[in-house]
Amino acid sequence: MSEEKHHISSYKSHLFVLLALFVLTGASVAVTSLEMGPFNTLVAMLIAGGKAAIVLIWFMHLKFDNKLYAIFTTFVLVIFLLVLYVTFFDYSYR
Amino acid sequence: MSETTTAKHVSFLEYKGKYKGILGWIFSTDHKRVGLLYLYTMLVFFSIAAILGLLMKIQLIAPGYTIMGPQTYNSMFTVHGIIMIFIIVVPGLPAVFGNFFLPLMIGAKDVAFPRLNLASWWIYIIGILVVLSSQFLGGWPDTGWTFYAPYSFRTPANVLPALFGAFILGFSSILTGINFVVTIHRMRAPGMTWLKMPLFPWTLYATAWIQVLATPVIGITLLLTVMERVLGVGVFDPALGGDPILYQHLFWIYSHPAVYIMILPGMGAISEILPVFSRKSIYGYKAIVLSSLAIAFVGYFVWGHHMFTSGMSGRALYAFSFLTFLVAIPSAIKVFNWVATIHKGSLNLQTPFYWATSFIFVFMIGGLTGLVLGSLATNVHVHDTHFVVAHFHFIVFGGTGYAFMAALHYWFPKMFGRMYDASWANIGWATFFGGFLTLYLPMFALGLQGMPRRYYDYLPEFHTGNIISSLGAILMIAGALIVITNLVRSSRHGEKVTGKNPWGGRTLEWESDTPPTLENWDEIPKVTEGPYDYK
Ligand SMILES: [Cu+2]
Repeated sequence: MSEEKHHISSYKSHLFVLLALFVLTGASVAVTSLEMGPFNTLVAMLIAGGKAAIVLIWFMHLKFDNKLYAIFTTFVLVIFLLVLYVTFFDYSYR
Repeated sequence: MSETTTAKHVSFLEYKGKYKGILGWIFSTDHKRVGLLYLYTMLVFFSIAAILGLLMKIQLIAPGYTIMGPQTYNSMFTVHGIIMIFIIVVPGLPAVFGNFFLPLMIGAKDVAFPRLNLASWWIYIIGILVVLSSQFLGGWPDTGWTFYAPYSFRTPANVLPALFGAFILGFSSILTGINFVVTIHRMRAPGMTWLKMPLFPWTLYATAWIQVLATPVIGITLLLTVMERVLGVGVFDPALGGDPILYQHLFWIYSHPAVYIMILPGMGAISEILPVFSRKSIYGYKAIVLSSLAIAFVGYFVWGHHMFTSGMSGRALYAFSFLTFLVAIPSAIKVFNWVATIHKGSLNLQTPFYWATSFIFVFMIGGLTGLVLGSLATNVHVHDTHFVVAHFHFIVFGGTGYAFMAALHYWFPKMFGRMYDASWANIGWATFFGGFLTLYLPMFALGLQGMPRRYYDYLPEFHTGNIISSLGAILMIAGALIVITNLVRSSRHGEKVTGKNPWGGRTLEWESDTPPTLENWDEIPKVTEGPYDYK
């Protein structure tokens, strides 16, 4: 484990993450007032996905870590997205 | 680890750590002791759940009230299911043989996080206690182990402890999964490349990923059901605008992959045993590795086959049926590989081999009847009948259970340093196998005749099949008693095994002492050959 360097994030980048999360939370509340039918769910999911990505990449250091972690995380997210897709596939044809 | 300083060449069963007696076990971070803790816990709860199963079968030996009424019967199949699924087969082989043998097979001293490993067992025990607290907190649930909405939040029966207990048991499973992924990535002995790793660790690896990724889904689903019941949040309740089919989606998004959590390590154990008793290297090592990973991956997307009659959209039905047929392919690949491994081997007919080959037999019956359930037209007819019950007992009990017994008889001398009585083991196996087939085969016929599952009573025309099935249950329990008595007795009084390698296996665990020492190796072994080089 000694071969891994530790990246120290600045307060600035943490602040950026915090602000981005606030803004996106506001956005997901705001979009509920728009009437977009089934796309309301899609937009809410996309915003939530964006928030998760910000947390993973900067706050949880995926960007600075061994590439292997990024590959695994992406793979896991692909499975997760497919599971969501298959579930909504049922709902969209009901 | 604090226990490391004690003398070398004292077996893990005998060393003295910081604590004495039973405390030296329940606070031990040694992967081998943790594995045995799981084994003993499972033995206790398997016995309880098996007795519940036997009582249900006695109830069904004649129509009408035999020994219990409907409410008792409903609670019995629920508790039987919860114990068997969440406490026995889901932790199953990974918790017992994964813990015990993963480090030995990859040449490590322990798992990556020994304390977390012990914590997993404690969380498991806490989960069990929470489930059992039902007895004192208002009685047992009657929902079936699936807790289907909306019944699970409308029933007057007490479901909260069972829901919450299953939720806690999930954490144990996740932590074991994380531990194994890290162990396999970081702690393989020098020279053990990915493709020199034995197949049992490979299946543990595939399983661990499912444990980590799928289990949180059941966790949140069970919590939502708790919230639905206590607070009436209305996610699943149609009266509040919720969708009960969403419950089924979420439940099976976990619970189908969970079937692979149960069966994949079993397949791995079978892949270890067959080459050893055929004196031949495994046929198609890479095909087995790839099919394990393929099963783990495709297995995420087939859950809808549990919901063909629930009211999903037509297109979703086709998609799930197609994907279900797809996932049958990698399972069939494994069966071909196993049969080809035995083919022209010089067979050593010992108890593990009997369990392993009968595994293939019952697994094939379970798999092929699974296709009847996976195709839409036939599914509608046999859905929720005894056919389904027979099918999944062939897979979960016939598959995982037989693999577990095969693994136990295979690794027993390494684990306890003693050998069981071979003739009693064989008699037990034969009795069990005969009883198993007599118990479950008639249930296929009963299902096709239209006998629904989960009823304490039935129409007179189902009587014959039920009598045969119930007698089979008694025979099977007798077989299980012989097997378990033989193993428990032999673990204390069996003939001592001093050689490292009683079966002539080629994987690393047979190079450790019998039974292994605290840290398994004086020196970490170097790996130069593949795991199954017989010829
Ligand atoms: Cu399934």
